[in-house]
Amino acid sequence: MTLAAPDPVADLWALIAAFSADRSPIDFALILTHWPMFLEGLGNTLLLVLFGLSFGALIALPLAVLRWWRIPVASQLAGAFVYVFRGTPLLVQAYLIYYGLAQFEVVRDSPFWIILREPWWCCAIAFTINSAAYQVEIYRGGLDAVPRGEIEAATAIGMTPGMALRRLILPSALRRCLPMLGNESIFLLHGSAIASMLTVIDILGAGRKLNAEYYLAFEGFLAATVIYMALVWAITRVLARVERRTMRHLHPLTR
Amino acid sequence: MADLWEYRWLLFIGTGRTIALGLCGLVLALAIGLATAAARIGGGGLARRLAQGYTTFIRSVPDLCMMLLLFFGGQTLLNHFGVWTGWWDYLEINAFVAGAVTIGIIFGAYMAESFRGAHGSIPRGQFEAAAAVGMTPAQTFRLITLPQLLGYALPSLGVNWMVLLKTTAMVSVLGLQDLVYFATSAGRTTRNPFAFLIAVMVIYLLMTAVSQWVLARLERRYTRGRMIRS
Repeated sequence: MTLAAPDPVADLWALIAAFSADRSPIDFALILTHWPMFLEGLGNTLLLVLFGLSFGALIALPLAVLRWWRIPVASQLAGAFVYVFRGTPLLVQAYLIYYGLAQFEVVRDSPFWIILREPWWCCAIAFTINSAAYQVEIYRGGLDAVPRGEIEAATAIGMTPGMALRRLILPSALRRCLPMLGNESIFLLHGSAIASMLTVIDILGAGRKLNAEYYLAFEGFLAATVIYMALVWAITRVLARVERRTMRHLHPLTR
Repeated sequence: MADLWEYRWLLFIGTGRTIALGLCGLVLALAIGLATAAARIGGGGLARRLAQGYTTFIRSVPDLCMMLLLFFGGQTLLNHFGVWTGWWDYLEINAFVAGAVTIGIIFGAYMAESFRGAHGSIPRGQFEAAAAVGMTPAQTFRLITLPQLLGYALPSLGVNWMVLLKTTAMVSVLGLQDLVYFATSAGRTTRNPFAFLIAVMVIYLLMTAVSQWVLARLERRYTRGRMIRS
């Protein structure tokens, strides 16, 4: 006769299930058995945030340079874009793209309709535009902080404005922007929770679905809260490390 | 445009409700923020730890998630408590009150950080001077800290207020009939959501513009003591 090998995972699971069944007001076992749903939510949230941040950066960088160079009309237009999308709620922007655009026949007949009818893509577009507006101001601040002497030095050795921007000013400015970009990524992560209001299964969406399926009051929200907290904690850790690496030349040598 | 004109009163009521909600939330957030900052700066070990836990917890969770958790979780908790003590059977929280309270709890954490930062900007020598002339901690707070705190905290409080104002757009999930709620339902009825959502954006921009104007004036008023007189 052989003894069954001890299985700590099964033991822990039995403990959680028993606790959920008779003592706890919150059904932890139910939340844990639905982990694939929350994993899907986590994946969607991360994808949406990364999409918004990176495409937002692609839009924001040229706009920030336009603002910084004070090119007459373009600079004002970029400023208006920033003002409108920073001054209105992200939720309304997402609604405008999802519900607002769908009412026009031109949009429904256009080739973009495959994208614009999907809530996921509407969220991705809204996050991109919103994050772009915030990132313009971040990059502009970074550009403003580049010392005049550096720019004069670049001109003195005969760099064209474009060359100076590419080789010297942007690398210098972007490095300065990192802490602010870290904040922006956490803001966008927080903002991304509105995807659940457009029926996307993001982290909060998974929680809402769990609640709806089992007529629960708040267990799903609790699980989502815990996941968001862990995520923010992990992101801040990574950001602190990245910042230390890129700012290494400014730190005194230790050891 | 004709649709907007037809539903103008709905938009008007919605705007009023959103502003009222924002202001109630702001007052609660300022009170909670001030208390939390006080606990973090001058409180004992436990108070300090609790205040820090509160600010960290709130600031790491999306406001929409927090709102749903506080509203539905809070209601469940309250009813469990009522049954347990036998004081009440079932309580349904009013959506407006719930919205204002959750906004207050969420932004109290952000306000606390603003106040804490502002407190750090007051020169330390002033507290030493206050102690030297024999002021009690309460007197120091009332006469030295508070009047200057507002001036130093205003820029950051202003930013928080703008974020708070935009967060009010989410209360429609709690069932509160605010500007966004009315605009989306009117948009559905008229099949013209685009116009209504643009109107909502314009209204939010107007509220932001007015806030900026008021904040600039307040800032001038509260930093007068620091200005160099010529």
